[in-house]
Amino acid sequence: MKLTPPTIGQLFLGFLQIGITGFGGVLPIARRALVERKRWLSEEAFSQDLAIAQLLPGPNIVNLSVAIGLRFAGIPGAIASFTAILAMPMVILLCLLAIYAKSTDVPQITAALHGIAAVAAGLVGAMAWRMAQPLIKGDATRWVPRLSLVMTSIVGITVLSWHLLPTLLIFGGLGIFLAFRQRG
Amino acid sequence: MGSEFSWRLDNVDSNLLAELATVFAKLSLMAVGGINPLLPEMHRLVVETYHWMTDAQFTTLFAITQGAPGPNVLVVAAIGWQVAGIPGAIVSLSAICLPSALLAGGVATLRDRVAEAPWARNIQQGLIPVTVGLVAASSLLLARGSSETATSPTASYLLAVSALLVTIRHNPNPLWLLAAGAILGLAGVV
Repeated sequence: MKLTPPTIGQLFLGFLQIGITGFGGVLPIARRALVERKRWLSEEAFSQDLAIAQLLPGPNIVNLSVAIGLRFAGIPGAIASFTAILAMPMVILLCLLAIYAKSTDVPQITAALHGIAAVAAGLVGAMAWRMAQPLIKGDATRWVPRLSLVMTSIVGITVLSWHLLPTLLIFGGLGIFLAFRQRG
Repeated sequence: MGSEFSWRLDNVDSNLLAELATVFAKLSLMAVGGINPLLPEMHRLVVETYHWMTDAQFTTLFAITQGAPGPNVLVVAAIGWQVAGIPGAIVSLSAICLPSALLAGGVATLRDRVAEAPWARNIQQGLIPVTVGLVAASSLLLARGSSETATSPTASYLLAVSALLVTIRHNPNPLWLLAAGAILGLAGVV
């Protein structure tokens, strides 16, 4: 498979396009577009940048666009990709918000948003479920401690209203400790 | 606080913009596992600490961003817009993205040493349980928020659970489910 590294203009246009194609998250679309359709980079190179994007804090797709922009066109490439991934969705969102602001007294809009909000809550729940799948592999000595961490962190956040930083330090720290012990 | 549409910076309290920038820049480096795990903390800050919006407004803004294309991080732009119009949206989105993007850029230059290192893998795997907990808590928070303004709170919870189950079993395009939610809302069911 022949790769075709992008120029800075192609980086901009490519990420502009990726930004508006994803609903409920853009990451799954990025792999198909960049590796399979545009052939900017190999599967391995993409996985490498994705690993970094997911390891570090921040919106994953934005981190990914920065890493890929840097790979092909240095800092200007990173700026182009970063701007492009956010620009179009931002414009579309502001248009939707403008409509919403003008229609807060339209009962149909409010009613439709009640239904959308409930579905959105369910979609986020399904995301938690999917993310939990790698945790339930292996025997009980592995998954019981992991799932206990999940359950206690849910209780900490919802019932005890723990702040984010202590939650991350305690449960993130315990999780990392477990991962090092289980894998070595 | 207001959602009036304004391009003019002089209409916007610059202290408010500075506050938005500070709040979201701090969250940027705590956004482990992406943006959805941040929702409980963002909710606590913008609803309870700063009183920038109500629980129901927070839930509605999240619903609107789910119906729009693009990365999940746009919910931050929607929150910024509710607080301080378009300048608020731009400031908040930049503040949540820039610190983490700079870090990612820095680490990406060392990618060969980091990406496949066992310790990096262990850290990523180790952070999954707390991330799952945070996203699950986000889901509970949003379900509660939607039930508060719904015609029938029970129907609202049932709809959330149905969307969750259908997604787990059949994984349809989320747009279909959101559209179904809109119709059920219009029909006065939820």
